[in-house]
Amino acid sequence: MKLIDKMINLKINDMEITVEKGTTVLDAAKKVGIDIPTLCHLDLHELGAVNQSANCRVCVVENEDRGNLVPACAEKVTEGMKIQTDTKKAVMGRRTSLELLLSNHPKDCLTCVKNLDCELQTMANKMNISEIHFTGEMMDHPIDISSGAIMKDPNKCIMCRRCTTMCDDMQTVGVLSPLKRGFDVVVATAFHLDLGETSCTYCGQCVSVCPTAALAELPQTANVWRRINNKDRHTVVQVAPAVRVALGEMFGYEPGEISTGKIVSALKRLGFDAVFDTNFGADLTIVEEATELINRIENNKPLPMLTSCCPAWVQFIEQQFPELLDVPSSCKSPQSMVGALSKTYYAENKGIDPKKVRMVSVMPCVAKKAEAAREELNEQGQKDVDYVITTRELARMIKEAAIDFRSLPDEPFDDILGESTGAASIFGATGGVIEAATRTAYEMMTGKELKNVDFKQMRGMEGIRETSVEINGTTLRIGIAHELRNARKLLEDIRDGNSHFDAIEIMACPGGCIGGGGQPFHHGRTDVLDKRRQALYAMDTTKKRRKSHENAMVQKLYESYLGQPGSQKAHQLLHTTYSAKARI
Amino acid sequence: MRKDVINTKDLEQHHLDSLDAYIDTLDKSRKEESLIPTLYKAQNLFGYLPHNLQWYIAQKLNLPSAHVNGVVSFYSFFSEKPLGKYTVSVCMGTACFVKGADKVLDRILKKTQTEPNEMSEDGKFTVKDVRCIGACGLAPVVTVNEKVYGNISAQQMEEIISQYQEEDND
Ligand code: SF4
Ligand code: SF4
Ligand code: SF4
Ligand code: FES
Ligand code: FES
Repeated sequence: MKLIDKMINLKINDMEITVEKGTTVLDAAKKVGIDIPTLCHLDLHELGAVNQSANCRVCVVENEDRGNLVPACAEKVTEGMKIQTDTKKAVMGRRTSLELLLSNHPKDCLTCVKNLDCELQTMANKMNISEIHFTGEMMDHPIDISSGAIMKDPNKCIMCRRCTTMCDDMQTVGVLSPLKRGFDVVVATAFHLDLGETSCTYCGQCVSVCPTAALAELPQTANVWRRINNKDRHTVVQVAPAVRVALGEMFGYEPGEISTGKIVSALKRLGFDAVFDTNFGADLTIVEEATELINRIENNKPLPMLTSCCPAWVQFIEQQFPELLDVPSSCKSPQSMVGALSKTYYAENKGIDPKKVRMVSVMPCVAKKAEAAREELNEQGQKDVDYVITTRELARMIKEAAIDFRSLPDEPFDDILGESTGAASIFGATGGVIEAATRTAYEMMTGKELKNVDFKQMRGMEGIRETSVEINGTTLRIGIAHELRNARKLLEDIRDGNSHFDAIEIMACPGGCIGGGGQPFHHGRTDVLDKRRQALYAMDTTKKRRKSHENAMVQKLYESYLGQPGSQKAHQLLHTTYSAKARI
Repeated sequence: MRKDVINTKDLEQHHLDSLDAYIDTLDKSRKEESLIPTLYKAQNLFGYLPHNLQWYIAQKLNLPSAHVNGVVSFYSFFSEKPLGKYTVSVCMGTACFVKGADKVLDRILKKTQTEPNEMSEDGKFTVKDVRCIGACGLAPVVTVNEKVYGNISAQQMEEIISQYQEEDND
């Protein structure tokens, strides 16, 4: 076909334009700078998820020849088409669609978790809605908080189907589906089970795109305040790698602004007794994981070994591939390692009763909330981590405490769980964990210095990446996947005996934790993820030490407390187990 | 609740065997397309589609249970609850509705002492409200199993239900 056959000529608001066949009216309009409002529509094609349910009709425009209204997000251009985006009919059509959605929507914006960050609210403002001319029958569904991670409030659902698109297409988990039809239709779990009873991985990708508060993280800020204010408790906190390159967005900084020092400062002002770095745990994870990998290679134990720091991914393998539970590393996640050490090593060092220590984590992640509640990470009633709040929740606490974030000084993390290397910084990006592990495994296996620590072939945003590294004459074959649909492919290969990898890194979220379900909302802008990712790699290069085993506080921990990497004590505190779960 | 869903012990084994045999004949690469025929088969075997049977089918076809449940709850043909001997379907399409289908439905529910989609206590009736069945010229329309009753009034319908009730008492 000649290029000319693939091009379509049309007019939008009397402007002549030529676009490729198959383009939607919405995208065609964008080309000439016309911004048509949309609500249900979400185009994350770089991440493998495009929501085209076209059922809100907030984007309707007028087709001049036919005189009818068409949804711009779904209507494909045709030759000679004439579109008007701002006729009275089109504007009224959009208003009516929105008013219909608002008519049965709860109007408790003032106290809603999405207040000022809600796309429905923004749209009402944009369309200058001051009155709703319909009275809709209100829904009356129970709010589901059974998962401990996600709050599902179907009364706030506008049936945009973004969540099902993420869960089906990006994650291939399929937890949510519209049930029934017509007025009764509701996006729900199978058989209306509680979310906590389903195969939800709590990755939170549905949360990160839900335009309203129908899906949100289960807030824990009130509980955290209670712990901080209880002076009989020693309340400590830790901050994950990906938080420091995203939190700034909630205070007007550009995506990718690094605000580590300000975050530490803010946490001290909030009243935490000590501020630790999850990156310390990341370095520790690498030392344990690299030791485990070498042990598996040298003793012909099951390979590939899979990284285990992403709890959504752990949940996924336990439910979807229960026959493969010997492949993940037995290492706990960095948050759990730091948690366990805060109640043993740190408490003993400080002479504090471990029972009085409470650990709070600030995570880019919704799944970490559920991870903290895992039985395996709860020794004799003492949990590794007591409360998990997301990046968004921390921003809310800082605002609540009236702290002027932008004018905070930089402060350092506290001893003895506060140091980190460049290898830990990149944990928050897809490929970062395996790159960090390779740096350490190389030196452990060869006893020689690794001169060039940059394994650029492991970086990037491609869903599945493969590479190999020569170490001492052995080839280490490495696989990397992010988003669970890609993880599924690698796991199917392992199950069917077609996998040739020695080590695989898996992250559930797009781009890794930088795209986690607890991060500031990207509102469909994928460049935000890229900027956060680049900031992590930039942080790595500015660190004096860039290999996890060179972390002096980690070395001290082994010398004075754990003994060798992989020792019995290390296993007791830093490793865990997995169990098969039913797939629903 | 979850335990009930994943426990299939109460499903009759010989029916499950027939269902398995049927699923084995399907093209595995087209599991989405296989779903409706499989549900149809299962409902014929078991009479209805309890949650654990839907879960079982989801495992067999390697589909998420939510998708299976979504399809089952979308089509009024499928039932998640045991069906009475007679399925009484009252059309609630526009044509039937304007001719008083709601009154007909009310009367039937009263006469059979049931709620929509629930089986009556004697196991004889399940009353459903359904979408347009394409017989608008006969509005309002009610079907009892395969039999169609058109232009029916609430009073007439009550008598018809009585006949079904008595006929079985012989
Ligand atoms: S949290 Fe993840 S797995 Fe759970 S419903 Fe949302 S997208 Fe699906
Ligand atoms: S829960 Fe949220 S994302 Fe899902 S359909 Fe409802 S409004 Fe849309
Ligand atoms: S990729 Fe990171 S943010 Fe996403 S679920 Fe896994 S650990 Fe959490
Ligand atoms: S944005 Fe086009 S129909 Fe919702
Ligand atoms: S409306 Fe009842 S048959 Fe069409």
